[in-house]
Order: sequence, then structure tokens, then C-alpha cells
Amino acid sequence: MAELNAGDQIAELRVTPDKYLPHRYAGASGDFNPIHIDPEFAKAVGLPSTILHGLYMMGLVARASTEAADGDPRALKRLSVQFRGMGAPETEIVVTGTVKSVEGGRAVIDTVAAQGENQTIRNAEAEVAL
Amino acid sequence: MAIKTEAIGKEWPATTYEVGKEKIGEYARVVGLENPVHFDRDAAKGAGYRDVVAPPMFCVVYSSPALAPAMFDPEVGMNFAAMVHGGQEFEWGEPACSGDEITTSAKCLEIYEKDGKGFYVFETNSVNQDGGQVVRGTWTNIVRGV
Repeated sequence: MAELNAGDQIAELRVTPDKYLPHRYAGASGDFNPIHIDPEFAKAVGLPSTILHGLYMMGLVARASTEAADGDPRALKRLSVQFRGMGAPETEIVVTGTVKSVEGGRAVIDTVAAQGENQTIRNAEAEVAL
Repeated sequence: MAIKTEAIGKEWPATTYEVGKEKIGEYARVVGLENPVHFDRDAAKGAGYRDVVAPPMFCVVYSSPALAPAMFDPEVGMNFAAMVHGGQEFEWGEPACSGDEITTSAKCLEIYEKDGKGFYVFETNSVNQDGGQVVRGTWTNIVRGV
């Protein structure tokens, strides 16, 4: 059983999505919005190039939060995020988290996903069962 | 320009999705999950699941089809060229396993304007074949320059 206490840092998750990750995520999720898979389309709508799916990055936050609770998928009860920056392929994503509170067998974890200084997901709050 | 708000409270027809073992594995590999309960039937059953279990965020796979008609509804009138996915919340109940038939309904919760941006908030609610609550999603889309 996971031992989490208020103020603890959860294990950091570091992932570098390769160039074709957005294609695989599109196939897995069914979200084929061209801003994620077509660089010419992305540039035509004013983006630097293709961007990561926000829900992929949320998937990484869910993974880090679940792993903090020993990895059983049933542990994750709630996850709320705000997408605040665009994520780029071929750049390392770092997911960090701090346990905010532990009460009644549930821990609330504040998490952030960032690429360098660019916080792509912030104000994320995960509730996990212990 | 005033934002259109008549779609608040509108509901769209439910969609049903049958969860499959290989689709779960495909999703799990993309997000880098290695727990065998997402790939191996015996491992999943050994951990107390009916069958191979989906990662929680697999919910986007079976709940998005219910949301699509809401997003494209002219009564909602979202300008896609200026839209970003602003926020997302999921609250999970029963796990989703291979073989489950999950039915998802979609509803428009709120439409409002703030600081020149339009906020469009939708809710999806997913239940399994036994009527068990699987997940509730709150999807916030933000449109610039409304």
C-alpha cells in the first residue's frame, strides 16, 4: 500500500515523446485533429509546428499520479487539469507532484507537466485512493 | 459580439462503445504504461478485474464519440479556428474492462464570456452494461475573440 503524507513529492516522471508519438496517440485515441499530425496545417493556423494532444499529457499526469499510489488503475478517482501551454514533440516532459492532503484513505496530489519553463499542464489535482 | 447561450442545458443522443482488449493495449503502450493488467487477461483477473482493464484516461476513447455532435452543433456555434482545449476533469467509478459496453451521454453545462473569451463547458456521463457509473467528464473549451 502506498504511503503518502502531506508535503511529499511524488516520483518525477520524465518522458520524451518522439516525432511520431502524436500519430500513435491519434490512432489510439481517435483524435486526428491535423494540428497534432500535419506540420504544414499547424503552421498555416499560426502554430510553430505540430503540438502534442493535451489529453496525451493529461495521460502522463494520470500515469504519474497512479504510480504514486502503487500503480493500480483503480486508485485514480479524480483528475482535474488546466491546459496552459502547448506541448511539442521531441522535447522532454517532466511531471512533478506534491501531496496536498491525505484524508479518509484518499490523497490529493497537485501536479504540473512542463517542458523546460513551459508549464503545459498546471493546477492539476489528482485524487487517489491509498 | 454577444455569445450565443441558447444551447445551455441541451443534451445529445447517447453513444455506445464496446471496449476491446487490443484497443486498451494500444492506448496503454502510447502513454507508456507497463502494468500487465492492461495487456494480460490472467494478470488482470489475478488483480481482481473481470478482464483486461483500461487505464483511467482510456475514458477519452469511449466518451469522445458522444461529445463530437455537441462540439459541432451549430446551436452551440463554437469557432473551431480560435478554439483551445482549456481544461478537463474526470471522476471515475467502476473500472472499464475488455468486453464492457459503455454508454455515454453528453450535455452542455455552461456557455459564458469572460475577458473577451468564450467558455464552453460540456459534461459526459458514462455507464456500463450493468448500469454502473464508470466516469463523468467535464470538458472546457475556450474560444478566443468572441
